[in-house]
Amino acid sequence: MIAYIVRRLLATIPVMILVAVIVFLLVHLAPGDPASVIAGDNATSDQIAAIRAALGLDQPLWRQFLIWVGHILQGDLGTSLFWNTPVAELILQRAEPTISLAATTLLLAVLIAITLGVLAAWKAGSGLDRAVMGLAVTGFSVPVFVVGYLLVFVFAIELRWLPVQGYRPIAEGLWPWFERLILPSIALGLAYVALIARITRTTMLEVLAEDYIRTAEAKGVSTRPMLLRHALKNAAVPIVTIVGIGVALLIGGVVITETVFNIPGIGRLVVDGIARRDYPIIQGVILVFSGIYVLVNLAVDISYTFFDPRVRY
Amino acid sequence: MAGTAAEVAVAPASLGFRRFARRNPTIVIGSALLSVMVLAALLAPWIAGDPFTVAPVNRLRPPNLAAFFTPGTADRFGTDNLGRDVFARTIYGAQVSLLVGISVAFFSTSVGLVIGLAAGYYRAVDAVIMRVMDALMSIPSILLAIALVALTRGGVPVVIFAITVPEIPRVVRLVRAVVLTVRERPFIDAAVSVGSRPRKVIFRHILPNTLAPLIVQATYICASAILTEAGLSFLGAGVPPEIPTWGNMIAQSRLFLSRAPWTVFFPGACLAVVVLAINLVGDGLRDRLDPRLARRMR
Repeated sequence: MIAYIVRRLLATIPVMILVAVIVFLLVHLAPGDPASVIAGDNATSDQIAAIRAALGLDQPLWRQFLIWVGHILQGDLGTSLFWNTPVAELILQRAEPTISLAATTLLLAVLIAITLGVLAAWKAGSGLDRAVMGLAVTGFSVPVFVVGYLLVFVFAIELRWLPVQGYRPIAEGLWPWFERLILPSIALGLAYVALIARITRTTMLEVLAEDYIRTAEAKGVSTRPMLLRHALKNAAVPIVTIVGIGVALLIGGVVITETVFNIPGIGRLVVDGIARRDYPIIQGVILVFSGIYVLVNLAVDISYTFFDPRVRY
Repeated sequence: MAGTAAEVAVAPASLGFRRFARRNPTIVIGSALLSVMVLAALLAPWIAGDPFTVAPVNRLRPPNLAAFFTPGTADRFGTDNLGRDVFARTIYGAQVSLLVGISVAFFSTSVGLVIGLAAGYYRAVDAVIMRVMDALMSIPSILLAIALVALTRGGVPVVIFAITVPEIPRVVRLVRAVVLTVRERPFIDAAVSVGSRPRKVIFRHILPNTLAPLIVQATYICASAILTEAGLSFLGAGVPPEIPTWGNMIAQSRLFLSRAPWTVFFPGACLAVVVLAINLVGDGLRDRLDPRLARRMR
């Protein structure tokens, strides 16, 4: 078990190194060098040369990469060109709204999706099943910002039940915090619910056709333990896998959702960074989000041993 | 489940449209919706007015759907905050969305097919290619696209490139998985033993087996590319703001949501309908072409 975890942990190192290489090359091989992008359209060649020297862009590429990686390993993601503040600090300052949004969405989406998926599989072919499958296709087709503005229009502008936008730190009270997360979480979670519900239903259908489920029914296990303990636990591996893969969807969605609902999180940081061509921020945020994605999927891999003790690599 | 898949797979196409429609409702509904959109996009210069003219006098006029089919109506879908015709802009927006979707689907499947065939067939390059693909897949695709667009100040071609790159690893994985199963089959050994060169084995014997899942995958990529393009444009990292696209329209109108919801609603609805239509076609094709995947996804 421990050996497996250590081996999986070590396997993420080459992936993270390659991610770093890709993110690095992205900025350095893009047409038009970063220095002139930073300097703006009206810069003189002297100004560009000064910026190039200041950023170490006159060094050979491999050296720049090693210096950059060295800084990252010390927790230094570079300094924002616009804010003139370390990128790592900016990310930490903006982490709370993003984590709140992502965690609420993840929790709501997984609970709703698994419930829907299990019910749809249990009542396969019923109206409920068709409704869930309809929701799954639709949820995957409507973009986050369209759902977001629709929700804002109906629940915030017309009905006035919830605030239009914004964020309150959790320190200012649980309800003001949660109230502003409800609409963003629904908008962000819809595609995620669609994805997970669909996989849950499919896997549950397969498991429910197994002999041991018939045995459980025959010996008189009642419906709820049969569905949850006998079937769902055995369907867990594909479901947990898709929850992990879907985190990529969630991260992309966070960036858009924060813009729709004006939430001052990491997503907004990167969007403002694009507008100002603040490339250390873009680079830093991509790296952090990719790291989170790799770690989440590592956790998913390790969780297999919990759901299915037969998993051994 | 297996029964329906087999039944669909053996149904000959010549049994008439009605029967086809009954068995493949998703393909028929999806293609019908899609055809309307494609036609509208192609006929834009004739059916839609001018999407660019700014007319402050006409700003934020509500939609006039009653006169939808009256020629020369300027405010079928109303006007936006600059007095521009929302209907015309929505129709021209369809051109960009469909162009991006189809191009990304074509380029990512072509490139992914070549890389996937190489990774699956030549053991020497497999590990390296797949690690690079793992790394590419670890970068959230919308962020990778944002970075590519932001750093190159792109137009439509850059947006297409930026959305294509993150889609490639998914195609590579799919193709490689098919190649790995096919290459163990006896007919490959037979082909090799009669002296076929690797190139012939790959293109004559392996490639055709990848096409069915690849076509299904291409439709899903097309749908997701349209969503990503809209998202990028919405964030200001996509198609330049002066070109009417659905993402740009929503980004420019969002401040007027409470006063003029139609400026957000119509492009948003068209976006959702097009993506839904493509996904429906994809689901239908999957059921017909790829029963194995269909059973897993159903």
